[in-house]
Amino acid sequence: MPTFVYMTRCDGCGQCVDICPSDIMHIDKTLRRAYNIEPNMCWECYSCVKACPHHAIDVRGYADFAPLGSSVRVHRDEEKGTIAWRIKFRNGQKDMELLAPITTKPWGTCIPQLADVAAPAAAVVDSELLFNEPKYVAMNDNALPTLKSNKLSLKEGVYY
Amino acid sequence: MFNTNPFSELAALISPEIMQGYIILMAILVFLGTVLDMMHKKSAKYFFQDSEKNAKNAKRTVGAGEKVGLAVAVVANEVLTSGEFANTKRRLSHLLTMYGFILFVVATALMIFGNTAEILPQLWHIGAIMLCLGGYWFWFSIRVDVSAEGAKWYKLVPADIFIVSLFTTATFGLIWSYLQSSGAGAVADMGWTTLFFGLFILSNTILFASVLWSKFAHMFFKPAAALQKRVAHADGGNLNLPGDFDLSSPEVQAKFPDIPQYMGKNPVNMGPGIRREPPNHY
Repeated sequence: MPTFVYMTRCDGCGQCVDICPSDIMHIDKTLRRAYNIEPNMCWECYSCVKACPHHAIDVRGYADFAPLGSSVRVHRDEEKGTIAWRIKFRNGQKDMELLAPITTKPWGTCIPQLADVAAPAAAVVDSELLFNEPKYVAMNDNALPTLKSNKLSLKEGVYY
Repeated sequence: MFNTNPFSELAALISPEIMQGYIILMAILVFLGTVLDMMHKKSAKYFFQDSEKNAKNAKRTVGAGEKVGLAVAVVANEVLTSGEFANTKRRLSHLLTMYGFILFVVATALMIFGNTAEILPQLWHIGAIMLCLGGYWFWFSIRVDVSAEGAKWYKLVPADIFIVSLFTTATFGLIWSYLQSSGAGAVADMGWTTLFFGLFILSNTILFASVLWSKFAHMFFKPAAALQKRVAHADGGNLNLPGDFDLSSPEVQAKFPDIPQYMGKNPVNMGPGIRREPPNHY
């Protein structure tokens, strides 16, 4: 089921309208609050839910995997660089909180400054590879990145 | 103009008792409008239903002392500084309009009920100017259907009744005060001064008599809703939202080991992220 807006919490700021990949979050012209204009086109990507500064948007999950009355709510914290979820079953017995990083470096500090990079030679342009491809996908001399090269290790459990 | 009480000159035509009766009538209309608004929208019923729902979700009880502290925080943040607005322009516009309205209404009532303090006419004019600044800024530039849809200033919908009657009241009041003090004639002369005084009274009456249809009553229920939200946050129910985690706390790091593993023991401030530019691409 698609997103819906708590009208009393929305202040019509337009963050959801900006971010919706399906362009279906609009501002109501009379009430000046956001609403989902085409619920059956909503694929529950949660972009608007995460972008809303007032937590005014919610999603009712499909009944087959998220029974009605359950709650999946999220808080994306830009400054902390984390995303926090809270999943609550409808009987209230299961109440989980999850917290994960969404960035490890301040936003915008690691964008390649392509304007400062020298223009590619004709041979590079004719090559089958994209501009800077081996380097930017880390398949150059440093070889493929591995868990070991990134100082990570596999942990037991379910991986998504 | 700024030092002249516009109502003292008016007393030659309209007795102070009638003016005082008008003020009382407006207060009664606001009260009735708010009660009817609550009954019509069932806002009080839903408010208490929400409170009950939040109480069921609560993880701990919030004591009376703590509630007083939360109420003080609501007054300091949501009420006095319009802290709920995420958009700085809208917040500034709201502050101008709100304080302008308070100055304007309080100065009007005090002057009409016979207070002769010299500062009151100045406050009345400053309030009206602040109302105009905040109101016109909102109307011509900030409201979402202007920035997003390019709606024309003359496109009125019923939802606009509050803001439009607010800034027209202040505008007509200022023009009336200017004409009256600049020697354009008294209200009794049936000239321009009379016209703008009539428009001032008309827009003023619409403002206070249309509470049922406008968003006037938000000044009463918004603080209550803000307090409810803060209590829900304090009691752990938090409207089913996740908690506010301190990333450098050892307990949080033990519970969510991904945080220290990927972000270090003391994660830095990552900056405004998607909030670095206002949403205006739609």
